[in-house]
This record gives sequence, structure tokens and C-alpha cells, in this order.
Amino acid sequence: MGVFKLGKMTFGSLFKKPETVLYPIETKPQPAGLKGHIAIDVETCILCGMCDRSCATNCITVNKQENYWEIDRFQCVQCGYCITVCPKKCLSMDPNYAPASTVHKADRFDVPTQDAAPAKKAAEKADAPQPAAASAEDVEKTSEAVDSALEGKIALMDPEKAEKVRAALAARNA
Amino acid sequence: MGKKSIIPFGPQHPVLPEPIHLDLVVEDEVVLEATPQIGFIHRGLERLVQTKDYNQFIYVAERICGICAFGHSMGYAETIERLMGVEVPKRAEYLRVIWHELSRIHSHILWLGLAADAFGHEALFMHCWRLRERVLDLFEKTTGGRVIFSVVKVGGVQRDIDKSMLDEFISVLDGIKDEYIQICNAFLNEPSVYNRTAGIGVISPEDAWNLSMVGPFARASAVNYDVRMLGNGAYGDLSDFQPILSNNCDCYARMEVRAAEVPQSIDIIKELAARIPAGDIAVPVKGAPDIDAEACNVLEQPRGECFYYAKGNGTKYLDRMRMRTPTSQNIAGMAVALKGCDVADVNMIVLTIDPCISCTER
Ligand code: SF4
Ligand code: SF4
Repeated sequence: MGVFKLGKMTFGSLFKKPETVLYPIETKPQPAGLKGHIAIDVETCILCGMCDRSCATNCITVNKQENYWEIDRFQCVQCGYCITVCPKKCLSMDPNYAPASTVHKADRFDVPTQDAAPAKKAAEKADAPQPAAASAEDVEKTSEAVDSALEGKIALMDPEKAEKVRAALAARNA
Repeated sequence: MGKKSIIPFGPQHPVLPEPIHLDLVVEDEVVLEATPQIGFIHRGLERLVQTKDYNQFIYVAERICGICAFGHSMGYAETIERLMGVEVPKRAEYLRVIWHELSRIHSHILWLGLAADAFGHEALFMHCWRLRERVLDLFEKTTGGRVIFSVVKVGGVQRDIDKSMLDEFISVLDGIKDEYIQICNAFLNEPSVYNRTAGIGVISPEDAWNLSMVGPFARASAVNYDVRMLGNGAYGDLSDFQPILSNNCDCYARMEVRAAEVPQSIDIIKELAARIPAGDIAVPVKGAPDIDAEACNVLEQPRGECFYYAKGNGTKYLDRMRMRTPTSQNIAGMAVALKGCDVADVNMIVLTIDPCISCTER
């Protein structure tokens, strides 16, 4: 055993470049996969609300009536779960951190109305020969099946969320 | 002969990163008895299983602890996979273990730095944390986060590490090995450090066994137990795994064990990186755990064995989730180690169990 075991390393540090950078004048390079903030491609979003329902911190709000997608950056924990559940893959993780802010305000993105697309589809449908079997009875049956499937799903949700979903459904049916 | 008096130690104390309170019964600068008290930062995370479904809870689980964040998400995911009978792809298992060992390296280097700080060696503390930064950079590059990674999911992992990145892992780890050996030399062979730690806070192997101590704290008292020996997941594919033990049972031994576990982890990462199989990194998981299904799991966290228990109730919300963390096992041992020590050594002994109070209270 001898003293000054760290002598060599400490002496060497005198001549090395500092380990730290002069933030904010200088910043460290960002790796490509850094979790900065959630970005949305509004063109592909169909406002299905999957991200809203699956976010663990409830920071996303999807409003189909007013066509917007909103995120509260103060609450988002960058877990990326919303990205994995989005059926249209329109969410992504941007490597830049969201800028600092002094006011608590959610970021709102207006999603272009989907009317144009469905209208086109409807027009195509009208052109196509109507399937003869699509009687009123059948429509009722399928909607019943959809409802029961939804009920099953709602039963799996937590009570608060289930309440919300029920209210949304009632509003839609009304 | 002095008078018996009680000195309160903590919950706010310079040596403690987290709040724990100790009542030290002192006579003539000698601690006769120490009574620990916890409960300052209970967050009730386990109850959140009732409002977050089993997929969302993984992001809660990794917030149990800022240092073993990866371990907790991995332990939780493995428990749910057992609960639902999900078979995880081999590549995902390997990636999990690689990240987990990397977090062990950063945790142990962090601890060595804190220990250096506790015995007043500031330069050593800075050097340790400088090395740890390299490891955190690797995490940042592969997971996108430095502390909270959110990279494990039920059924696998979310991100892959490609071949070139694995090579970078190895070159970075080899790069720090040289400096690490110099730092360890200062820890283990410097007389000032030795005098401060040797013979302090001795726990006999019998006591360690009877008090169910876990992790490096127990292994420094010659308890031959490390969950990695059981060969869960990719640990089973290692060609050889021997827990690192010491017979000295004192603060110095605990430092020795942790110092030696870092090169061991580096070797594990190297071996797994060389043998990692190609293939999927996740399998889709559908449905919910069955009613009354139960599953248990153990995982070696940097601080020792962590036990997980989960119970399903037929919905996506778990009925119950329990974790028993290493520090809660070690607090009893710490109280015994403190008996008969000098007041000046209390901080050193408290630190050598590597207390993680946030884990303990969840
Ligand atoms: S899940 Fe995707 S498509 Fe659906 S609302 Fe969210 S961002 Fe839009
Ligand atoms: S990253 Fe996580 S917390 Fe943020 S919006 Fe997506 S699901 Fe919610």
C-alpha cells in the first residue's frame, strides 16, 4: 500500500480537456433516438382517440367534434406508449426537447377535417351497385354486435375512463 | 463514563441521498443501539395497479427507483409475462440483460463515488461520476433516456441494439476499464481509505444469513447468494457465473465486492453481445391475466434480490402488485452493524448498505 494512488489520474486531468461543456453556449450532440418530445403528423391522424385512452398520464386529448389533437407537455413523461398504440403510426418521438415554457398551456394541433376523404368514399360507394343483402335488419344486427363488443371493452377499463367513454358514446348516438 | 443520550440522524442528512431516520443511542461516542424509522416518502405506487392497466404500469414500475429503473421495469415485465404465460423472444431476453448489467455498472460506480464522498475524498468522487457519465451516454444512445428508459414492454423490448452499437458498448466499456482499475486501486489500496473502512460495521455470516440480508451487503459477509445464479432469462446462457464473495464482513469488504462486480458485469455484457441471437425483439401480448392467476419473480438488482408478486383479476387491471426491495431486507442488518460503532462511522456504515429508501417505500 502506498499513498497518492490517484495521483497519476488527477495529475493527468490537469492537461485534459474538461469533461463538461459550457452550457448553454455549447451543447452536447443529441443521439438520434433521444426522447425529446412527441410529434404528430396531423395529415394521417384519424382522431381515433387510441392515444388518448392509452396514455398513462392522461396528457393527450383528442376531440373529434372540434377536430383537434392536444398534448400537455408538462404532463407527458416521454414513455412512448402512445406511439406503439397509434393505428396510423402518425405519432413519433422527436429528438429535440420541447422548449421551456413559463405558462402551463397544452399544445393544440388542428387536424384537417376528414370530410373530404369520407365524402369521396361515399361517392365511390354510391357509384358501386348496392349490395342487396344490406337490409335495415342487418344493419341493426351489426350495430348491436358492435355495441356488445364495445360494452366488453368498456368493462375492462377503469371506472373513470369507462364513464368518459360511455358519455362520449351517448353523445355520438344522440 | 458518559451519560446515555439519543442523537437523531436524518431524515435530512448530508450523507443520505434519501430520507431515513435513525435514533442513535449513544454513550461516550459509541453507538449502543440504532432504531431506523422509514415512511417519509411513501408514494403508494403499488395501489396504482388499480387505475393503470398492466401495460401502463410498467412506466410506473420503472419510477420506483431512479437508479434501478431498468431493473424494476424488467422485473415487472417478467412477472406479468409469467402471469400470462408469454414466451419472450431470446433476443429480447439478451437485450434486457445487457441493459440491466449496464445499469448495475452505473449504479455501482455511482455508489463508489458516494462512498468516496462520505469518507471525504472529493477527487475520487468526481472521477467515479465522470466514468459513470460514459455509461449513461450509452443508455442515452440506445434507449433515448439517461435515467428513465421506458424501453421494456410486456412481451419484449421496444428498441433493438444493432451490431455496430453493441461493438460501441464493448469499446466504451473496455475504454473505461483502464481508468476504473486505477480508481479501484485508490479505493482498495490507499491507506487512508483502508483505515476508514476496514473493521468497521462488521456483520458475521450467521447474522447476515439470519437477517435475510441480500445483495453485495450479504455477499461481503460470505453469503453465497445472487439471483443471477438461478439462470433466469439470458443469465442461463452464460458459460459461467460465480457470485463475488468476501469473508471480511466489514465496510471494506462491501466496497471490494461492489468494485469487483463491475468488471464481472462488463464480462457478462461482452459474452452476451458476442452470442446474441437474431430475431424478433417482442411478441404481441393480447388479453388479460386470468382471474386469481398469480406469479412471482426474483431479480438481482444492483442492491440485491428484489421480489415481485402479481395477481390478476380477469381484467387488464391487476388485482395486486407487490414488490419487496433489497433495501427493506438490508435495513435490519444495518441496525445490527451500527451497534457498537463510533458515531463518526455511522455515515460510512449507512452508506455501505447502499440504501435506496425510495424503493423501500415505493
Ligand atoms: S392514436 Fe394516432 S390516429 Fe388515433 S387519434 Fe391518436 S394520433 Fe390520431
Ligand atoms: S409519451 Fe407517454 S406520457 Fe407522453 S403522451 Fe405518449 S403515452 Fe402519454
